[in-house]
Amino acid sequence: MIQYVNYLSLLIIPLFILFTILYGTFKKVRVYDSFIAGAKEGPGVILNIFPYLLTIFVAIKGFQASGAFDFIRNGFYHLFSFLDIPIEVISMAIIKPLSGSASTALFTDIVKTSGPDSMATKITAVIMGSAETTFYVLAVYLGAIGIKKTRYLVPVCLIADFIGIVVAVTAARFL
Amino acid sequence: MNVIWLLLLSVSIVFAVCTGNLEAFTKSIFEGAKSAVEISLFLLGIVSIWMGITRILEDSGLIYRIAHLFKPVISRLFKNIPGDHPSISAITLNVLANLFGLGNAATPLGIKAMQELDTLNEDKETITFEMMIFIVINTASIQLIPFSVIGILASYNAKNPAAIVLPVLIATVVSAISALIVLFSFRKVLK
Repeated sequence: MIQYVNYLSLLIIPLFILFTILYGTFKKVRVYDSFIAGAKEGPGVILNIFPYLLTIFVAIKGFQASGAFDFIRNGFYHLFSFLDIPIEVISMAIIKPLSGSASTALFTDIVKTSGPDSMATKITAVIMGSAETTFYVLAVYLGAIGIKKTRYLVPVCLIADFIGIVVAVTAARFL
Repeated sequence: MNVIWLLLLSVSIVFAVCTGNLEAFTKSIFEGAKSAVEISLFLLGIVSIWMGITRILEDSGLIYRIAHLFKPVISRLFKNIPGDHPSISAITLNVLANLFGLGNAATPLGIKAMQELDTLNEDKETITFEMMIFIVINTASIQLIPFSVIGILASYNAKNPAAIVLPVLIATVVSAISALIVLFSFRKVLK
């Protein structure tokens, strides 16, 4: 089943591109020129996104390196100690919305140190699979079109992330 | 974002001073800048590719056909998208790419979707509710099979790496639905 989905997902992009260029040609579109005209927009979009990424990345990296991250993680750990949640899970829950590369590194580290079949690994695996790097998504999508007023989007995302972590921890328990 | 950024930075600096992590902090700021450059360069490539492909979709009119096909599904959630608007196609393609774990396609198509949704936006500085729905769906990360996680588990010889598929799917669907419930209740309360 997994191999089947894996193969299918490898197939999708090549097939989609093939279909697009064939359909375009059929509709008398000069696909080469059309592709170039579209690709020309790429740099402009990235130029819009770059300052947003820079701004949030600087803050997140600084947050990790300053020791504030460890302090907050330990605080949460003691706060929720009655729930019997491994400290690795708390780390993951805080780092996942902030940084994709850091959460992947942390996950690999957890698998290595606590074992591939430990409870900590199972819970963090579910968090890894079911949560997204919220602040990256926000920076890229809002930066791309230069939105300044986000209304109540950020609090909604943070509440949703929190619910997502609780759901992930619960779902992993039944693993 | 203003408050979060202010908090992250000022708390970090206070901690760096108190714990003596000043050097590490200063270094990390420039590391952050470096990874912003690296990720932007990476995005430059994949976004340009998908901008090229979606331009062919536009020029050939396929983007309107896809929109027409998926309108009944998409407009259930996105109620204020008129007719066979191109944003419907971009949203559909982004969701499909996410489902199959095609991150390199999902992000550029998501950017495209935001641009298309922005054409319906009257006040360019303020986010629309449609954009919020779209971002909330994306931050919930709906995917059928978490390949990268399974890959890491398998490389460390986990007994059954694929066992996480079902809990991940349940977690991701439940959190996506609850995220939407949170979003819609915010709108209701703040109206």
